[in-house]
Amino acid sequence: MLTDERRPAPAAIPPPAEAVRRRRRPWPTVALFLSPALFLFGLLVLTPIVVAAYASFFNWNGFGAPSNFVGLDNFRRLLTDEIFVGDLRRTLLLITLSLGIQIPISLALAMLLNEPLRGRRVYRMLFFAPYVLSEVVTAVLFTMVFSPNQGLIAGTWLADTDTVMYALFFVISWKYFGFHTILYLAGRQSIPPELHDAAAMDGAGPWQAFRHITLPLLGPTIRISVFLSVLGTIQLFDMVWVLTGGGPIRSSETLAVTMFQEGFKRYHVGYASAISMVIFLISVTFGLLYQRFVLRRDLEGAVTTMGDQR
Amino acid sequence: MSSIRFNRRTFLEFAGAGAAAAVLGGCSDGEGESSTGTRAIRWWHIANTDPMLSQWAAMASRFETAHPGVKFKITPLENEAFKTKLTTNIQAGDPPDIFHTWGGGVLFQQAEAGMVKDLTADVGGWKDTLIPTALDAYSSGGKTYASAVDTGMVGFWYNKELFARAGVNAPPATWADYLDAVRRLKAAGTTPIALAGKEKWPGHYYWAYLAMRVGGLDALRQAAADKNFSTPDFVAAGTRLAELVALQPFQTGFLAAGYSTADGQAATVGNGKAAMELMGQWAPVVQRDNSAGKKGLGDKLGFFAFPAVDGGKGQGTDVFGGGGGFAVGKDAPPEAIEFLKFIAQPENARIEAKTAGVLPVVAAAGDAVTDPNLKLVGKALAASTGFQLYLDQAYAPAVGQQVNDSVAELLAGKATPEKVAQAITTAAKQG
Repeated sequence: MLTDERRPAPAAIPPPAEAVRRRRRPWPTVALFLSPALFLFGLLVLTPIVVAAYASFFNWNGFGAPSNFVGLDNFRRLLTDEIFVGDLRRTLLLITLSLGIQIPISLALAMLLNEPLRGRRVYRMLFFAPYVLSEVVTAVLFTMVFSPNQGLIAGTWLADTDTVMYALFFVISWKYFGFHTILYLAGRQSIPPELHDAAAMDGAGPWQAFRHITLPLLGPTIRISVFLSVLGTIQLFDMVWVLTGGGPIRSSETLAVTMFQEGFKRYHVGYASAISMVIFLISVTFGLLYQRFVLRRDLEGAVTTMGDQR
Repeated sequence: MSSIRFNRRTFLEFAGAGAAAAVLGGCSDGEGESSTGTRAIRWWHIANTDPMLSQWAAMASRFETAHPGVKFKITPLENEAFKTKLTTNIQAGDPPDIFHTWGGGVLFQQAEAGMVKDLTADVGGWKDTLIPTALDAYSSGGKTYASAVDTGMVGFWYNKELFARAGVNAPPATWADYLDAVRRLKAAGTTPIALAGKEKWPGHYYWAYLAMRVGGLDALRQAAADKNFSTPDFVAAGTRLAELVALQPFQTGFLAAGYSTADGQAATVGNGKAAMELMGQWAPVVQRDNSAGKKGLGDKLGFFAFPAVDGGKGQGTDVFGGGGGFAVGKDAPPEAIEFLKFIAQPENARIEAKTAGVLPVVAAAGDAVTDPNLKLVGKALAASTGFQLYLDQAYAPAVGQQVNDSVAELLAGKATPEKVAQAITTAAKQG
């Protein structure tokens, strides 16, 4: 504000003064307004990451200050830990299933809901409803649905190590397909109708129109939806914890569940910190690479390209 | 009901996950002494349902009346949520002033970290009013770190009608008889055993009891001290358990079953859908609460001790189980210890025994137990020749969890007895 007062009236600045304006950016004001956010971000995001990174180099049960420095031992142990390696495999499986089944189904439903169906508002609401529920409520609901003797889908779906991941995927899909459907629907509705009209006039069938107009123009939406889906799967916790507890016999544990087991049940806080660092690194690496290589054109001109300075 | 160690509501398990977030909120209740001279006592217990929920509250307010300036802040928590929230607080160096404990390795680890007060001198003052082994689970190296409140043991709770229908007329006394009873029950079309495979701790009872019967109590103590469970005794215990597993005695889908859920272990027995369960002294109450119409089995319910194993070194009268006690946090005001003394008064212990149906550790309150099932447990305890605390409490947390995890694999038919023993040894060595 102080600098603003000293600044001449905007009208007095001639148009070519772009460079001048840049030099005069009111840094104190920027700092003042940024500081609360930076403080909270530092306290609640950066500090825990730094503390976890520090703890991951110790063999520490969480009591008192960590003192038994073990270097990279915790990370080395991760590589030979069947459960942890299994976590990675299971995460990959869920990602594959999500991208291969859940996303296409959501897309198809969005296309369907875009057609003038009778009662499509009702469908739209119904499809979106599961997303509104919390993961915990969803999981409690499905423990009842999958109850071996009295459930809606009776059977040993959750009790069999061979089927539990598919049952879990089913529940995840049930909860999240509506969210992706709404994303796609919004994307589809922002495609100007003239394009489809013109295609129809040129004799394009519905499949050709979808393949050559809808799908390419939905690109940005699909890329974001895949991004959210993958990151969500890497960090999956609540639903698994309530639905299966990671069982039977640890066969549905995810990275976050294993971290919780080690940190809170076994008091291996150093080891659990190492797992959390791995989750963090995988997420960050994926996020950065994806933004750099996949989302790049969608973000052109947005903040992450830093005004063409990159 | 302070000894109940089960999940009241499955969804509350998630409260455990939320507990990390609760620490942030918990920062505010760190005020031990406020400027006005009132002393706050933060008390965490796990009697989150009536009758004990209101009985504890009433006892606290009577204590407040007698001690002006003391103000209780009671946090009743569900079992699993309690464990997680307590872990977080203790790791943050901020234990509650009074909190529930099962004793054993978990308590001793807290004591080692200086998080709980040494109560040897204080509890010594009323030690003689308690039954003989009451403080064993809370004492280590001649020091006592908590005051005992109630006690109990694990045994088979069975449906007399279903047993009779299968032609099993007397409770099996040996493991061979027991396996035979299971075969007969199966042949009669009854599910012999209900088990909460999802929660793992009920499964570890089988392995622990068999290890006690085969190797004796000393084997369990020695294994923990040597960090070596890969001995013939533990492998033999696993082999005996594998014999049972091979008969497929558990209910359909037991690996995903909870304990106190609508279709969990307790409900399955309480509704007459399975003939028995291996569970602690709280089993009848939980069966009743989770069964259809909240009726439970009533007179049909019976109790028998874990059978002896032929040729085993352990006595058939050695018991496995545990009760509940209260530990005192490092920064607690002196009134916290005074309160433990207060609830150990016979008239107060009698209230707990009478209203909550638990076995009090205060000898003079024993006559308040009226429930016939609980009397059976009390009788077995009184005649016991040795006592072993739940392994997932007795041992260090990492070892206890490994016992639970590995036995769960054995029960699922996915691990050999040797692999179970080996995995527990590895966890013990890792610490």
